[in-house]
Amino acid sequence: MSQLNLCLLRWQWGCLLVCSMLYATQVSAKSMPFNLTEGVTDISQQVYDLHMTIFIICCVIGLVVFAAMFWAIIHHRKDKGAQAAQFHENTKVEIIWTAIPFVILIGMAIPATKTLIAMEDPSNADLTIQVTGSQWKWHYKYFGHDVEFYSLLASRQDQIHNQKKKRENYLLEVDYPLVLPVGKKVRFLVTSEDVIHSWWVPAFAVKKDANPGFINEAWTRINEPGIYRGQCAELCGKDHGFMPIVVIAKPQEEFDLWLAAQQQKAIEAKAEEQTMLAMSMDMDEMMQLGEQVYNKHCAACHQPNGEGLAGVFPALKGSQMVTQDVAAHIDIVVNGKSGTAMQAFAKQLTLKELAAVIGYERNAWGNNTGDVIQPAQVKAAMQQKDQ
Amino acid sequence: MSTDAAINTGVSDDAHEHHDHKPSGFFARWVLTTNHKDIGSLYLLFSFAMFLTGGAMAMVIRAELFQPGLQLVEPNFFNQMTTVHGLIMVFGAVMPAFVGLANWMIPVMIGAPDMALPRMNNWSFWILPFAFSLMLMTLFMEGGGPNFGWTFYAPLSTKYSPDSTAVFVFAVHLMGISSIMGAINVIVTIVNLRAPGMTMMKLPLFVWTWLITAFLLIAVMPVLAGAVTMVLTDKYFGTSFFDAAGGGDPVMFQHIFWFFGHPEVYIMILPSFGIISAIIPTFSRKPLFGYASMVYATASIAGLSFLVWAHHMFTTGMPVAAELFFMYCTMLISVPTGVKVFNWVATMWRGSLTFEVPMLFAIAFIVLFTIGGFSGLMLAITPVDFQYHDTYFVVAHFHYVLVSGAIFSIMAASYYWLPKWTGYMYDDYLAKWHFWCSLISVNILFFPMHFLGLAGMPRRIPDYALQFANVNAVVSIGGFAFGLSQLIFLVVVIKCMRGKGERASAKPWEGAEGLEWEMPSPAPYHTHTTPPEIK
Repeated sequence: MSQLNLCLLRWQWGCLLVCSMLYATQVSAKSMPFNLTEGVTDISQQVYDLHMTIFIICCVIGLVVFAAMFWAIIHHRKDKGAQAAQFHENTKVEIIWTAIPFVILIGMAIPATKTLIAMEDPSNADLTIQVTGSQWKWHYKYFGHDVEFYSLLASRQDQIHNQKKKRENYLLEVDYPLVLPVGKKVRFLVTSEDVIHSWWVPAFAVKKDANPGFINEAWTRINEPGIYRGQCAELCGKDHGFMPIVVIAKPQEEFDLWLAAQQQKAIEAKAEEQTMLAMSMDMDEMMQLGEQVYNKHCAACHQPNGEGLAGVFPALKGSQMVTQDVAAHIDIVVNGKSGTAMQAFAKQLTLKELAAVIGYERNAWGNNTGDVIQPAQVKAAMQQKDQ
Repeated sequence: MSTDAAINTGVSDDAHEHHDHKPSGFFARWVLTTNHKDIGSLYLLFSFAMFLTGGAMAMVIRAELFQPGLQLVEPNFFNQMTTVHGLIMVFGAVMPAFVGLANWMIPVMIGAPDMALPRMNNWSFWILPFAFSLMLMTLFMEGGGPNFGWTFYAPLSTKYSPDSTAVFVFAVHLMGISSIMGAINVIVTIVNLRAPGMTMMKLPLFVWTWLITAFLLIAVMPVLAGAVTMVLTDKYFGTSFFDAAGGGDPVMFQHIFWFFGHPEVYIMILPSFGIISAIIPTFSRKPLFGYASMVYATASIAGLSFLVWAHHMFTTGMPVAAELFFMYCTMLISVPTGVKVFNWVATMWRGSLTFEVPMLFAIAFIVLFTIGGFSGLMLAITPVDFQYHDTYFVVAHFHYVLVSGAIFSIMAASYYWLPKWTGYMYDDYLAKWHFWCSLISVNILFFPMHFLGLAGMPRRIPDYALQFANVNAVVSIGGFAFGLSQLIFLVVVIKCMRGKGERASAKPWEGAEGLEWEMPSPAPYHTHTTPPEIK
């Protein structure tokens, strides 16, 4: 039948098109792997092996089934004079092709069960990290070491909006990466402050949901030092695509040094906070620091121009709270507003940063209140709240 | 047997005297109709309109993802697009299309004069345009439409959702009411209105699969209604079903949702199995292999579908025992599904095959649905699911089973029965173009998504790392091509409806069997007004 030949011709054309497109992709793709990562842990290696096993099983079954089907398509055709047989059941065959897949599945379930049980055993950990997701950042806390910090996307808005060239690790870079020791069993306690997030680092084969009000456990033991990147894997609102995870794995000695330095930094920051209370910022300094803080922490919702998004995130430009009521303004930035996406920034920012960003909001975009907010003012407001 | 409606009396509809005449006037004919064929046509046209609407949203998504960076839409609107695209395709395109096919074909296939509950039938259809108008309206409300994914996980859909959520909840309630009424109608019709001699094990498989689907619908749509109601009261009336601060649990939402959601997945594929089981034997000129095992396989898939919901939730932190249970049950589903595929291939084996367009779509269905089944089996393996979960691998998987699965089967069914519905053969040249364009573009669209997922690209993100750029560009090109290809189908259908083309005989397919082919084409307005004899 000529029509069928025409169809086959078109199909060949289609195949050619697909192949050439795939080829084009292969040539220019910036080293995107086309398969699952083997990762850098024993578990991730086992997961990769399971993935390959089940993949090959599927390929073999697919090959057999499709071969039979295409054999029929090619040979049992009416235009080749094929006469239809009339058989329509065969109990023996039907039992066989029910039983064989069943046996294959059992063969597959055994190693999968073993790996799963190993993955779900976070006992005897050497180090415990609390991972807390919130819209749209991660917070890491090293249990027993007095070190904690927020980790935010480091790619800038102008890269996202195509005004500046995107850096190599665009959307996969953060300001403060999580640092972990190599060769130690690290336990993660994963939770959330607002919606559900999911902490995922492919190289560790760890993906665990961060559920608000509940704590999930996961663990890893990294074999090789290096930088490992991941992303939030559960839709968590507007900037779900903009909360990456970066982990730096260091040998134990380097990790210890790093941890000690962090502890030292935390002590220094506290001391600086004290001196800061006695000092005052001038308008220029406040606006400069305030703009930085605003763009990093506030602009995602309230927008760089302070106009917010109608019906979703309120505008700060011309807002009554921002132009008049200082106390309410400080309160909402410091303590957040429950039941909304407005977070409490008291723990996320220093007193100086809080003062600067509040002052910036009161003077930017034509708000021009002339108010200069000082760290001491913020501190006073916090203490008042505590009493 | 006589199927000449004009000489029969005793038609259930007493609104008009002349049974062979359609009601005159647009309002009386279409808005007040209780005729299963008219309602079937309405369902099918509505679902195609929704398919194009949801498709337009997919085009927005693919256009934004064509390049890294934000070009066309803001993330908040992007999330609304993914959400409403999903809701429309599931509840507006695939499900109503199947109900339309059920309305048209079930009474005809079982020798019934109409659906058992014709007035309710009218109501279940006419709810839908209102439900979807409400749903689409939310996009223009202040704060935007639903932006929490079609799965509307709490607390994103409660504390953090836009004000339009109440409208979304109401729209879902309406869709649920429509589906439940449709399902009741199908069950009552099949159980009560079979012609004498049409025993259960003589039913065409399309009827069987729909009977089972209808039971699934009745079982799970109320669960969905419960879930949206709890979202409503959590958001507006201060309850704490899903808020830990008030003693609730956000993960409980997911359990409830997926207890609905997984059977829902089978609601969208079981009727496809019925369609393919009708088309493959016709163009193989050979009876379906293993009819009884097909029925049992469908029933066991439906039964198992209630025991696998938590495989959507492996990363939420479940006890190991629960993870193992859901992994084993999920793997088990591949056994009856495999039986179906083997049976279809065995039906083709040593047949006398021809490749008319319905057959082309049916063959493509078997191959591509099986690929989707394989990735489903891979996703069932819990330890590996941790890597695949919420990545583009999952997006690839469910689009293979839903687009090149469910939608391809609907296309196959449309080409198969269009001559019966309209009385005209479709334009074969255009139809072949539609098939080959769809087949090629659907694979360019969805196959590379597997690679994106394996490489680590999460789903539901409006922007991505640079390494994913090239593959996303290819995927988007496939997407635009697939979208455009469906316009060919629109032309084909319009040509048939307007009576352009060859007249169709009562039985345009040489190997076709069944009561629908024993009546003239187009099928008379009233058929089987006296029950046919079943040999």
